[in-house]
Amino acid sequence: MIEAKGIFKSFGSRPVLCGVDIAVQDGETLCIIGGSGCGKSTFLKCVIGLVRPDQGSISVDGMDIAGLSAELDVARYRRRFGYLFQEAALFDSLTVWENVSFGLRYLTDVPQAKFRQIARDKLALVGLKDIEDFKPAELSGGMKKRVGLARAIAAEPGYILYDEPTTGLDPIMSDVINDLIIDLQKKLKVTSIVVTHDMKSAYKIASRIAMLHEGQVQAVDRPEAIKASSDPVIRQFVEGRSEGPIKMKLRDFEPGAPAPRRKAGSGA
Amino acid sequence: MTAVFSWVGRFLFDLFEEVGELAFLVRSSARWAVRSPIEWRQTLVQMQRIGVESLPVSAMTSFFTGMVLALQSGATSKHFFNEPLFVGTVVSFAVVMELSPVMTSLVVSGRAGAAIAAELGTMKVTEQIDALYTLGTDPVRYLVIPRVLAFVLVLPFLVVISDFTGVLGGFVVASVKLRVAANVYWHDIIDNMRVRHFVHGYIKAYVFALVIAFICCYKGITTRDGAEGVGKSTTTAVVLSMVSVLVLDYFVTAVLVALGIT
Repeated sequence: MIEAKGIFKSFGSRPVLCGVDIAVQDGETLCIIGGSGCGKSTFLKCVIGLVRPDQGSISVDGMDIAGLSAELDVARYRRRFGYLFQEAALFDSLTVWENVSFGLRYLTDVPQAKFRQIARDKLALVGLKDIEDFKPAELSGGMKKRVGLARAIAAEPGYILYDEPTTGLDPIMSDVINDLIIDLQKKLKVTSIVVTHDMKSAYKIASRIAMLHEGQVQAVDRPEAIKASSDPVIRQFVEGRSEGPIKMKLRDFEPGAPAPRRKAGSGA
Repeated sequence: MTAVFSWVGRFLFDLFEEVGELAFLVRSSARWAVRSPIEWRQTLVQMQRIGVESLPVSAMTSFFTGMVLALQSGATSKHFFNEPLFVGTVVSFAVVMELSPVMTSLVVSGRAGAAIAAELGTMKVTEQIDALYTLGTDPVRYLVIPRVLAFVLVLPFLVVISDFTGVLGGFVVASVKLRVAANVYWHDIIDNMRVRHFVHGYIKAYVFALVIAFICCYKGITTRDGAEGVGKSTTTAVVLSMVSVLVLDYFVTAVLVALGIT
């Protein structure tokens, strides 16, 4: 179980997370939705320890990441996670199978002789074969995402964190990735957090959906309840309308409006 | 006036911040190097990139530097003494103790240093460095240490080759252009050069290797702001490492002279 309590994070003078409380139950897939820059990816990076919250605590199976100082403990903490990056973040200099098996060397005691076979098995699990010796530059966007997914599950983590898994893909490939996420959840019995702004994807894969708005959790509920919500912020987002309470953000960029504040640090 | 103070203050603040961060990177590298096994495969790949691929250009640079030195010293000597005297001595001392380590370091920082900063910068902006953390390793261990080690192992070797090609370049000009007899040129070198003169050059090579490697790795892994940031950090890495080599050259020479390694 992942439990985040009162998470605050700012980049320079710009607050991104302003007291986020989210609990993810074992075996569920929680989708976090919200507009660009609302702190979704930052929250995901806080969970895995890539970004340190300014305040608040995140515990996974009772282990609080804030209390981990020794590198070995941090490594043990991260061993529980697989992470699919938005652009897959495959290592350009390595082949596909080397990418997939990369974590095995540092996260597990699996002998090196088995790496290639494990990579092949994980690639098969995400529907890819005969591409083990390709370099990432030779793959399409959808294939890169799937290789990234194979890499995320290679060390058999208990938790998988997906950062916008369908962004930049065509609708068919997006659906393939959605099916893969559902399939992996069933086969591997993993707990997942999926950050997305693709509502079609969220409705399909989520056990629950959490909406972030202005650095806080606007609502957490089952997909049907989110779909039927009367909350104007949620309604505007799920219907994809430019008119509504989230409009204030857009006005920042309209002619005559004050210039938007410069983004400091890495964004959400 | 306030703007000038503000600019100077910001510049100094940024400078101290960067020096501090660089010091942390050096400390972190030392800790990882002691604690965990070295990534030898990565190190060998980097040695090949830094060493083998830089060899032709560094050797050629040194060869022509030796030629120019011989021509200059021969012409000056002819002007004062009516014949080219001690051409071999001048060329060998200048090449081995000064020009070979400095020129090779400048060439390698322009070539391999830029490549390192650009590669690590691209890895940073495409989240590959974050991916390393999530896959259980540390970028300092996997990326920085192999590159620093490769630089330290390879640069002195390139300097040895450059010493040889520089002296050879001097020999070509001395014998073809200045009509100095081959045995005179080589005896000038053998009679005057001692092991400590070579040590002087190699100590510089080790120092420059560390400086270039750390600066380029640091600029690479702290890259921000996408493709523009990669370009900026690559340029800064090269300029900073070249200037550092030239400035440090004086101080290292002063220390070596004080220690009698000259």
